[in-house]
Amino acid sequence: MNNPASKRKPYQRELPVDWWLKHAFYTKYMIREGTSIAITIYSCILAWGLLRLSQGPEAWQGWLDALQHPIAILFHIIALGLALYHTVTWFDLAPKAADIWLKGKKLDDKFIVIGHYAGFVLASLAALIIITL
Amino acid sequence: MSHTDSTKLKRSHEPVFWGLFGAGGMLTAFLTPVMILITGILVPLAIISPEALSYERVHGFATSWYGAAILLVLIALPLWHTLHRIFHGLHDIGVKRGRDWQQVICYGAAFAVSVFVFTLLLQML
Repeated sequence: MNNPASKRKPYQRELPVDWWLKHAFYTKYMIREGTSIAITIYSCILAWGLLRLSQGPEAWQGWLDALQHPIAILFHIIALGLALYHTVTWFDLAPKAADIWLKGKKLDDKFIVIGHYAGFVLASLAALIIITL
Repeated sequence: MSHTDSTKLKRSHEPVFWGLFGAGGMLTAFLTPVMILITGILVPLAIISPEALSYERVHGFATSWYGAAILLVLIALPLWHTLHRIFHGLHDIGVKRGRDWQQVICYGAAFAVSVFVFTLLLQML
C-alpha cells in the first residue's frame, strides 16, 4: 500500500462511512469519542481568553462580552452535555482501571464508581464555592 | 521474556501519550463540566456575578505562581486527552491517508496550545 511500485493487491475490507450508526453500542462509542471535539474547542476558548487577559482589562472585557453571545451560550450548553457524557463513560470504566483488592477480596465495582461520583460532586461544589467567594 | 540483540524491541513513544491521555481524561471527567458551567453559562448569564471573573481577580490569580500552574493544567491537559481521541477517531471514520501526519498534527496541536498557554502565563508573571 505504501509502496506505489508494489504489485501486491491486499484485500481491504470495505467500511461504510456510517458503520457506527447501525448499532447503538457503536453510536454511543462514537458520541463518547466525539465529546473530544467540543472539549478541544472549549480549551481553545480558554486559551484565547488567556491571550485577551494578557492584553489588558479592555481586551479581557471583550472576551467576557463575547461569551454572552447567544451562539456562545448555546455552544457551552451543548458542550456541558457532552462533557457530562464523557464523565459518565469515564466513571463507568473506572473499575476496570482501578483494580483494588482488600483482604484478598476484590472491591465491588459499584463502590469505585460511587466514589468517583462523590469526588465529582465535591470537586464541582468546591469550584462553585471558590468562584463565588 | 528475554531478547537477544537481534530481536530487541523498538522503544515506543505511546506510553508518554497514553499517560497524558489518562491524566487529561481524569481531569476532564472531574472538572471540565463545572468549568463549562461557570465560564460558559453561569457568568455570561449573570447567574453568578460577573465580578467573579473580573479582570483584577483573574489577572491576580493568573500572575501568581500557583494560579499560573493551575491554569496551565486546566487549559492544556484536556487537549492531550481530546486530541489523542481525535487521532484514533480519524481511523474509526476511515481516514486512511497519512496516519503519521495525522499523528503529528494531532499531538502537535496539543503541544502548540500548551506552549501558547505556557508562554502567556510566563510573560504575565
